[in-house]
Amino acid sequence: MVAHLSVFVLAITGIIFLVVFTLLAYSVIKFRARGRDANREPAQVYGSTQIELAWTIIPILIVVVLFLATARVLHAVQDAPQPPGAIEVTAIGHQYWWEFRYPKLGVVTANELHIPVSDPANPNPTFLTLLSADTDHSFWVPELAGKTDLIPNHPNRMWMDPQRTGIFLGQCAQYCGVQHAKMLLRISVDSPEDFAAWVRGQQQPAVQDASVAAGRRVFESNACMNCHAVGATPANGRFGPDLTHLMSRVTIASGAAANTPEKLRLWIQDPNAIKPGSLMPAMKLSDSDLDAVVSYMETLR
Amino acid sequence: MSSNAITIPGVQIDERPWVDTLHEWVTTVDHKRLGVLYILYALLFLVVAGGEALIIRIQLMFPHNQFVSPQVFNRLFTMHGTTMVFFMGMPILFGFANYLVPLMIGARDMAFPRLNAFSFWLSALGGFLLYFSLVGANGLYGAGNAPDVGWWAYAPLTARAFSPGHSTDYWTLALLVSGFGSIGTAINIIATILCMRCPGMKLNRMPLLAWLNLVMAGMVLLAVSPLTAAQMMLLIDRYLGGHFFDTQAGGSAVLWMHFFWIFGHPEVYILIIPCFAFMSEIIPVFSRKPIFGYPVMVAATVSIGFVSMSVWAHHMFTVGMNSYANSFFTITTMAVGVPTGIKIFNWLGTMWGGRIQFKTPMLFSIAFLFQFLIAGLTGVMLASAAFASQLSLSYFVVAHFHYTLVGGVIVAVFAAIYYWYPKITGRMLNETLGKWHFWLFLIGFHLTFDLMHIPGLLGMPRRIYTYEPGRGWDTLNLLISIGAFIQAIAILLFVANLLISYFKGAQAGNDPWDAWTLEWSTSSPPPAYNFASIPVVASRRPLWDLKHPEDPDSQYE
Amino acid sequence: MSAMANPFPQTTATWSLPDRGKVAMAGLIIAESAIFTIFVVAYLFYVGKSLTGPTPREVLETPIFYSICLLSSSLTIHFAAKSLARDRVGAFLGLWALTIVLGGTFMYGTAQEWHRLIYEHGLTISTNLFGTTYYSLVGLHAFHVTAGLLMLLIVAIFALVGRVGVRQSRRVEVLSMYWHFVDVVWVVVFTVVYVLGR
Repeated sequence: MVAHLSVFVLAITGIIFLVVFTLLAYSVIKFRARGRDANREPAQVYGSTQIELAWTIIPILIVVVLFLATARVLHAVQDAPQPPGAIEVTAIGHQYWWEFRYPKLGVVTANELHIPVSDPANPNPTFLTLLSADTDHSFWVPELAGKTDLIPNHPNRMWMDPQRTGIFLGQCAQYCGVQHAKMLLRISVDSPEDFAAWVRGQQQPAVQDASVAAGRRVFESNACMNCHAVGATPANGRFGPDLTHLMSRVTIASGAAANTPEKLRLWIQDPNAIKPGSLMPAMKLSDSDLDAVVSYMETLR
Repeated sequence: MSSNAITIPGVQIDERPWVDTLHEWVTTVDHKRLGVLYILYALLFLVVAGGEALIIRIQLMFPHNQFVSPQVFNRLFTMHGTTMVFFMGMPILFGFANYLVPLMIGARDMAFPRLNAFSFWLSALGGFLLYFSLVGANGLYGAGNAPDVGWWAYAPLTARAFSPGHSTDYWTLALLVSGFGSIGTAINIIATILCMRCPGMKLNRMPLLAWLNLVMAGMVLLAVSPLTAAQMMLLIDRYLGGHFFDTQAGGSAVLWMHFFWIFGHPEVYILIIPCFAFMSEIIPVFSRKPIFGYPVMVAATVSIGFVSMSVWAHHMFTVGMNSYANSFFTITTMAVGVPTGIKIFNWLGTMWGGRIQFKTPMLFSIAFLFQFLIAGLTGVMLASAAFASQLSLSYFVVAHFHYTLVGGVIVAVFAAIYYWYPKITGRMLNETLGKWHFWLFLIGFHLTFDLMHIPGLLGMPRRIYTYEPGRGWDTLNLLISIGAFIQAIAILLFVANLLISYFKGAQAGNDPWDAWTLEWSTSSPPPAYNFASIPVVASRRPLWDLKHPEDPDSQYE
Repeated sequence: MSAMANPFPQTTATWSLPDRGKVAMAGLIIAESAIFTIFVVAYLFYVGKSLTGPTPREVLETPIFYSICLLSSSLTIHFAAKSLARDRVGAFLGLWALTIVLGGTFMYGTAQEWHRLIYEHGLTISTNLFGTTYYSLVGLHAFHVTAGLLMLLIVAIFALVGRVGVRQSRRVEVLSMYWHFVDVVWVVVFTVVYVLGR
């Protein structure tokens, strides 16, 4: 809908441009001073009421048309009712990461969003409630929807109705601080089966792997658990992303680095090397503690 | 300085000590001197903020570039925007208004010369405060910290919690102080135009430059004041524990946005209306015809003044206002394009049937028409709130407003400088250098800002210190940055022209362009008292009447 | 240029333009009104939205007496300016002094109210949204009253040493425009804070 409107607006403005540009180019060429004009002034015309009326009324009509076209799409998008089966996501903006909760599904994740594909016959849109924990942010995945801001104390709603599966990239569009540029978004539009599988995986409790008990002890005895949560463990901090299913994500640090053991190790050791100014502190762990914690993280599928 | 010095043969006159000249300039209340001070001040900041832009563009040449840190980048774009709007745009336009308005209305000075000087020095203090933040903001023991909250300084990013230290306070104070200077100048301009016109110069015989500066000054009173109020509120929040924009206490971040943009939108019209004034004076002279539709031009400008006060929330289309509010701001924003378009048509109508001389001021004016047309049309696209949900906060908007501010304001300012430099200094600027400046600048401008629309359409948001490769933005950003350097070279040529011509330019005489308004009836530069005797006028083009007594304008008005 | 005759055709028609002092003061009043409007908008927007703390209804007492003082000072200054225009400097001085006294009384009233609010009710600018918007709006107005009183005092001092006469009446009129503005703002603030806001 927005795409059609944009083509319409582009067409009208394009025509206006061509008309006016042609008049400009024509007058610059035709009415340039030539040598023989040296001492003669052209006819001193002061104005013309008819012409003024014409080029007042026509633009007003164009404005009315453009406005009506816009208003129609505006209402359709903003005031769209939420169909009963729609997926509900609450997105909470943080400096500099995205928290996603699916209240009806009991899922909490971060930075990478999975939503089911929709189609005109069986609409399955996703409705998002947008909140912020700190400053202003804006959720923008250009190929899926226009952007809407996340403003503290000012909840917003938006919806997406993706028509094809795939990975769609976006990022925060409202300057929120030092690492605004690296608050990336990765939306995976899944087939209904893939989406259900993903949800099931996210609903599982955290993997309890005894072989990484040492790493888990490091995690829970350092400040890590003050900020991060791992389901069904004492760690239930909310300041940083939920790590219960960290290994189900393709990237870490809200898209700033790939989710590999080396990058994860670097991130924990020195976040400023990957995302200078992010609010994750350098944990200053010893090498062995660092290795243990990374092994623990690697089990959180 | 004046060409009317009487020389007595055989008398040795010592060179005037430079401190005397400096003292004279620092204590001046002469509108012409203050005008020149404003313009020089603005040109200095044009170079400084231009340098900031170049560093930004170097950083954005390649994805994941590390030319500057994110902290420095964020300060750069904040300082670039704040400097260009408040310490380049406003001063240069106030400078021209100061210089030209009394001359064009046949007055000897502004209504309040001392207020004029006071306003200038307040504005200058504002600029100084903003840049003092580089050394002052972190206290003596840290490196200086310029503000990094963006030139709109959205809450709650500006709260103590998210912006500790004093960098934001320097931003706030600099604008508060220079805001008072702006209000002072605006009051002066209004009082001058309403109360000091020469006999016969009824309001409908004033040059359009005077009319448009009158409208601009009225808008300053109504638009800068909300910013002043918002700055006070921000200071109260940061220092007295206030909660105006404190979302934790129930305050509203959106309220700051409303207050800022109630200032911010009229502000851009405040910047462009004096440029419309330049066009309205320059295009007729180089088309050799009077301005087409003078009364309509006045009416269109006044309506732009009013309507532009009602469009501000088109900067907030993504904030989540309800669809009725969004529709309202869509229609008002589109509506303000109508009188603006009328003005473009009237300039075309002025050129139509004329005998166009392609001197440098006219070259820049034609470029202005072309670029402002495009900028206006991308503005219409952005006005459509539904379309804007994709375009907002992206490089499409950055391209749009640079099109209006660089392709519009700066280009018009270049035209004005080439046109009035002879009057101000008594010397002509070099036409060859002028044409080099023009073409290089045009090429650089279009390379940068035409292309810049595309990354915006492809999803590149604003205010990012780097970007991911593979989004389709890489090559475009590289070319955009190259265009920026071409513009920089053009500006260097311009500065060289200004300096060289001051010493070596051809003598201008009173009226090098064969123009028709009162400033061309006095010497170049004018004497301190402007006119030996106060002029009396009978039409809109008093010098046309004098030069063409057989066919004066007064017959037709 | 200096030796040339004036090239422009002369005219004997009268040419009168508005007084620049009054135009400038009108401009200042417009700008200040815009500033006050923003503070009023903030006040109205936040009515009822404080999360904690004393509410207007609980703590505000309508300052009728002090408002009457301030508003009647508009009358006294009006007649003072009129007297000066008629060269009746004695009457001018008396009415001018009365204006200052009435304005000063209003300020005393504000100080008293603030003292009560801070020390008896614990309402400060940082207490809640009501505190922030109340003290800013009323405080901004009080600041303008103070600035006005200072200017009135300066004129009074000049008058006492005999330097204010009918030739200064235009300037005194411009200053009285400012004082009237301050009073009109008080009418608005009073309505918003003590009538609507409760």
